[in-house]
Amino acid sequence: MSVVFEKTKGLTDKETHYCPGCTHGIIHRLVGESLEELGILGDSIGVAPVGCAVMAYDYFNCDMVEAPHGRAPAVATGIKRVHPSCIVFTYQGDGDLAAIGTAETVHAATRGENITIIFVNNAIYGMTGGQMAPTTLPGQVTQTTPYGRDTAIAGYPIRVCEMLSTLDGVAFAERVAVHDVPHIKKAKAAIKKAFQTQIAKKGFSIVEVLSTCPTNWGLTPVEALSWLKDQMIPYYPLGNFLDRTGEAGE
Amino acid sequence: MGKKFLMKGNEALAEAAIRAGCRHFFGYPITPQTEVAAYMAKQMPKIGGTYLQAESEVAAINMVLGAAAAGARAMTSSSSPGISLKTEGISYIIGSDLPCVIVNVMRGGPGLGGIQPSQSDYWQATRALGHGDGHALVLAPSSIQEIVDLMGKAFDLAEEYRMPAMILADGMLGQMMEPVEFSKGEYQEHQKPWALTGHKNKRPPNIVNSLYLNPSELEQTILDRFDRYRLIEEKETMAESFLMEGAEYGVTAYGIAARVAKTAVLAAREEGIKVGLIRPITLWPFPKTEFAAFQELCGVLCVELSMGQMVEDVRLAVNGRCPVEFVGHTGGVVPTPDEVLGAIRKMAGVS
Repeated sequence: MSVVFEKTKGLTDKETHYCPGCTHGIIHRLVGESLEELGILGDSIGVAPVGCAVMAYDYFNCDMVEAPHGRAPAVATGIKRVHPSCIVFTYQGDGDLAAIGTAETVHAATRGENITIIFVNNAIYGMTGGQMAPTTLPGQVTQTTPYGRDTAIAGYPIRVCEMLSTLDGVAFAERVAVHDVPHIKKAKAAIKKAFQTQIAKKGFSIVEVLSTCPTNWGLTPVEALSWLKDQMIPYYPLGNFLDRTGEAGE
Repeated sequence: MGKKFLMKGNEALAEAAIRAGCRHFFGYPITPQTEVAAYMAKQMPKIGGTYLQAESEVAAINMVLGAAAAGARAMTSSSSPGISLKTEGISYIIGSDLPCVIVNVMRGGPGLGGIQPSQSDYWQATRALGHGDGHALVLAPSSIQEIVDLMGKAFDLAEEYRMPAMILADGMLGQMMEPVEFSKGEYQEHQKPWALTGHKNKRPPNIVNSLYLNPSELEQTILDRFDRYRLIEEKETMAESFLMEGAEYGVTAYGIAARVAKTAVLAAREEGIKVGLIRPITLWPFPKTEFAAFQELCGVLCVELSMGQMVEDVRLAVNGRCPVEFVGHTGGVVPTPDEVLGAIRKMAGVS
């Protein structure tokens, strides 16, 4: 008998706390597989955010630190400056990265900090029970936009990859989604490429992963996958926004 | 005797940190401590260290958190309004049991306050460097030589007890120049088996974390930390006793205020007033045992560059056994020796 599939060594055996149907589990697996396949698990140091993935330190099978809300890129910067040969990544949600941590994100990017950010965008604050995120769509109902996000009051969502792509320090920026198998495969390829960008010392890399939150969207897991496809992708177009990995590096 | 250098407080502070093995400094400009960052920016590249100007005080302290978690001797410095911003990160550093050094070159507050020397962050430093039950070691030098001497001690204590250490200076100590001598720069970094280095497939992952969702588990980590605090309170207090033998009255002050107070105490002795001085060097742990000597006196005077913050700890230490008076100025105004002498005379009932 040959083994056709097994759980990645990039994840621990700890049972995750994520809700049924949430796609964090898929994204964790893609990150874990990438670290394992690239042979960098033993050299990796991950930074967990505040939000749904706060306990990611229990799930990734590498050295981990839990950062204050939004500060993961600053914490990652400190680690990377001490261990430049280690692979340093953050795993952050939309509130963490694009609201309270916007300054840390933008400046780590513009410094060309040689780290990788896995940015999980599900258009809502999940851990606190479904409030408006910086990426909540116009008209989207959340606990704090009960009449739908009114852009006259709450402004517009941030397209993080597009914004960061204007910065010279960014080497790789791609938006992917995990609502079906073909897209999951593309997401995996982008995550792997982002880590390769760091291995090649090209600078800052980010993969924005459109993800679902059935619990706080008030949808079944299957409906949530459709909502991601039909509502989120039109606002957040998938694709590569920047790839300087072909350029001469350090 | 080693070589003496005439140095500005902020620069001596930075040099002492480098000599104590600090190779990772994360800063942000703010008066009156900016020379620390400028000195680090100049020296660190020459010795293979990192000087990084952060986008904010908040980012700087979190870079320190990351570097400390990675096992390095990391440091940041700021002045009062900047320290308020750092308190979030300091709380996480306390909760994650990480060692680091934070310098506060105090200026007047609250708010943007002013840029002249002050000691009005005593409560913040000793009581509230962020949310939650916790402490940082707080060392208060009163000369530039003492800044230099305490810097290595701050890193050593921080690593020994796995907690942040703060050097609490003020705008005058930061800006003035005095001759200083550096020790040989021998230091012993502690083993850090908990540090994030990549597990190299040879050990289980290390996790640095301050989150405990189970209340009993969180309580236990805090109880363990407070056991350590008790040990520190027993072993690590430092204070200078000056002319306390035969004293009938006492004066106390820390940092730059102690320099003013000492001059006044000497002048009072000239006038025949039997007065001595106790200068706490550690503000947390507060040297309560040393202050017990005050309990036998007829009166105690506390001198501060604030509305009176440390005076509360002095009253607790004296425990009602003798009256404790206060004299001070705030907002960047520095009390003169004559003013302090006047307060000593008043306390002693001498006109």
